[in-house]
Amino acid sequence: MTVPVHLRHDETFILNLGPQHPATHGVLRVKLTLDGEYIVKAEPVLGYIHRMHEKLAEGGSFAQFMPNTARMDYLHALAFNHGWALVVEKAAGIEVPERAEYIRVITVELNRIASHLLWWAAFLLDLGGFTPLLYAFDDREKIIDLLERVTGSRLTYCYMRFGGVYNDIDDEFITGTRELIKRLRGRMPRLYHDLVTHNIILIKRIKDIGIITPEQCRRYGATGPVARGSGINYDIRKNEPYSVYPEFDFDVPVFDECDSMARYMVRMHEMEQSMRIIEQALEKLPDGPVMGKAPKVLKPEAGYYYSAVETARGSLGHRLVCDGGKNPYKLKLRSPTFSNLSLYGEVAEGMLLADALAFMGSLDLVIPEIDR
Amino acid sequence: MDMREKTQIALAALFPVEIKPTPSSSSEEDTVGAEVPPREPGVLVTDFPRCGSHLDVLCLTDQVVAVARLMDAEGYFLEAISGVDWIDKQQLEVLYDYNRLGGEHCRVMVRTFLPRAEPVVPSLSGIFPAADWHERETFDFYGVHFQGHPNLIRILLPEDADFHPLLKDFMP
Repeated sequence: MTVPVHLRHDETFILNLGPQHPATHGVLRVKLTLDGEYIVKAEPVLGYIHRMHEKLAEGGSFAQFMPNTARMDYLHALAFNHGWALVVEKAAGIEVPERAEYIRVITVELNRIASHLLWWAAFLLDLGGFTPLLYAFDDREKIIDLLERVTGSRLTYCYMRFGGVYNDIDDEFITGTRELIKRLRGRMPRLYHDLVTHNIILIKRIKDIGIITPEQCRRYGATGPVARGSGINYDIRKNEPYSVYPEFDFDVPVFDECDSMARYMVRMHEMEQSMRIIEQALEKLPDGPVMGKAPKVLKPEAGYYYSAVETARGSLGHRLVCDGGKNPYKLKLRSPTFSNLSLYGEVAEGMLLADALAFMGSLDLVIPEIDR
Repeated sequence: MDMREKTQIALAALFPVEIKPTPSSSSEEDTVGAEVPPREPGVLVTDFPRCGSHLDVLCLTDQVVAVARLMDAEGYFLEAISGVDWIDKQQLEVLYDYNRLGGEHCRVMVRTFLPRAEPVVPSLSGIFPAADWHERETFDFYGVHFQGHPNLIRILLPEDADFHPLLKDFMP
C-alpha cells in the first residue's frame, strides 16, 4: 500500500536506476528523485536502444521490413509480424487462405504463452524468487523448439508473408503442440499456482501495490493486461476481431483490483485462454494452401491505413501512409509498452522504491519495443 | 444511433460545413503523389475494413484542441500521434489516432497540415497525458513544435542531436 508521507523537497536526492540495471530488463533508465526510500518523482528516460525502424521502413520495400518487425518486441515477435502483414494486406487488398490464418493464430498464441512465461520468470526474479525461472524456462524452451520447427528461428521470427505464411506446419508440430498443452496444464496448478500464485510472500509484495485506475488507463492510453487488470474489458481480439479469432470460443480475463496482483492474474489466465484457442484451431485446422496470390512488387493505393493486433503487452498499431509507390511513405508503430510505461511516473509517485520495482515488473516492459 | 454516428455528429458541429457523403474509392482526384486531402476541413466517413478507421477528420491547426476536448468528453483515448512529411507540398501533417477503450468500437483519425518551414501546433498534453510522450516523439522525429507542452525535449534520440531524422530530406 502506498503510504502517505510528508515529503520535504529539500531533503531529496537523485538516483539513476539503469540503464544497465537487472530490474529494468533491458536498457531503460529511470531518473528517480527520492526522499529516503520514498519516490518523489520518477522519470523514465528512453532511447538507449532506439534504432529508428520507422526510417528503415521508408527506405525499403514492404516485404523488406518484415524481418525488422521481429526485432522490436522480441518476446512476442509473431504478433508484430502479424500486425505488419495485416496492414499491408489491407492496403494492397491481398487475400489470405484459411489454413494460413489458422496457422497464424496457432503460432501467435504459442508465442504469447512463451512471452507470458518469460514475463512470469523475470517478474519473480525481480522479486527475489529464482526457482520459478527454471520452471518457466523449461516450458518456454518446448514452445521455442516448436516454433523453431515451423519458422526456422527461435526468437526473431520472419514467418509471415503478405498473403500467408512461409512454411506449413507438419504432424510432428501438431502432436508436439498437443503434448505441450497437456504438459502445461499438468504443471500449472502445482508448479505455477501452488508454488507462486498462492505464495504469501508474493501476495504481500504485489497485492495493493501499483494501483492504476481505469481512468488513468484511458488518459494514458494503456492497453493489454495493464488495462484488463484495471477492470477494462478491452482486447483487440474481441473488440476489433481480425484474422480468424471470431471463430474461437475464448474468454478475456478481466480483474477489477487495479493492482499488480490483478495484472499478474490476467496474464496467468491468458495463458489458459491461449491454450484453448490453440486447441480449437488445431481441431478445426482446414486443408489447403498456406500462401495466397500476392504480387511480387506491392504498390498499394495512396491513402491512410491502420491495423491493430493484440500482442502480449497490449494493442499494437501500425499506421501506414502510402503514396502509391513501392515503399511505405510513412509507417508509425504504436507500440503498447510505450503508452503503458508513460503512466509510470504518475503511479510511482509516493511509492517505496522496492514497491516501484515490483510495480515496474508488473507492467511487463520490453525495452526494444518502447524505443523501436 | 451507433458510436460512429454519435461522434460524427458531435465532431461535425465543430465544422461549419455539412457532412459529406462517403467518397467513392477513387473519385476524380488525381492519383499522382499522395491522396489529395479534402479541400475543406470536415468529417468524412471512411470504409473501416479497408482503411482501419471509421472517421477521417481534417481540421485546422487551431481546432486540434477543440477536437481533443470533444473526444475526451466522448470517452475516447489518444492512441498515437504521428507525423508525415509531405515534402513536395512543403507541408507537415500531424495525425492523431483516437480509439475507445472497450465498449462499442470506433476509430477516429484526426489530421492537420502545418507549413513545413514553421510547424507549430497546440499541445494536447493538458487534455490527454498520453500526448506528452507522443508529442515529444513527433518533435524528436519531425521537429514539430507543440505549443504549450510542458517538457518538449527529445525522447528517443540523444539529447544533443541536432537533426530530425524522419524528415524526407534528412540524410544520415
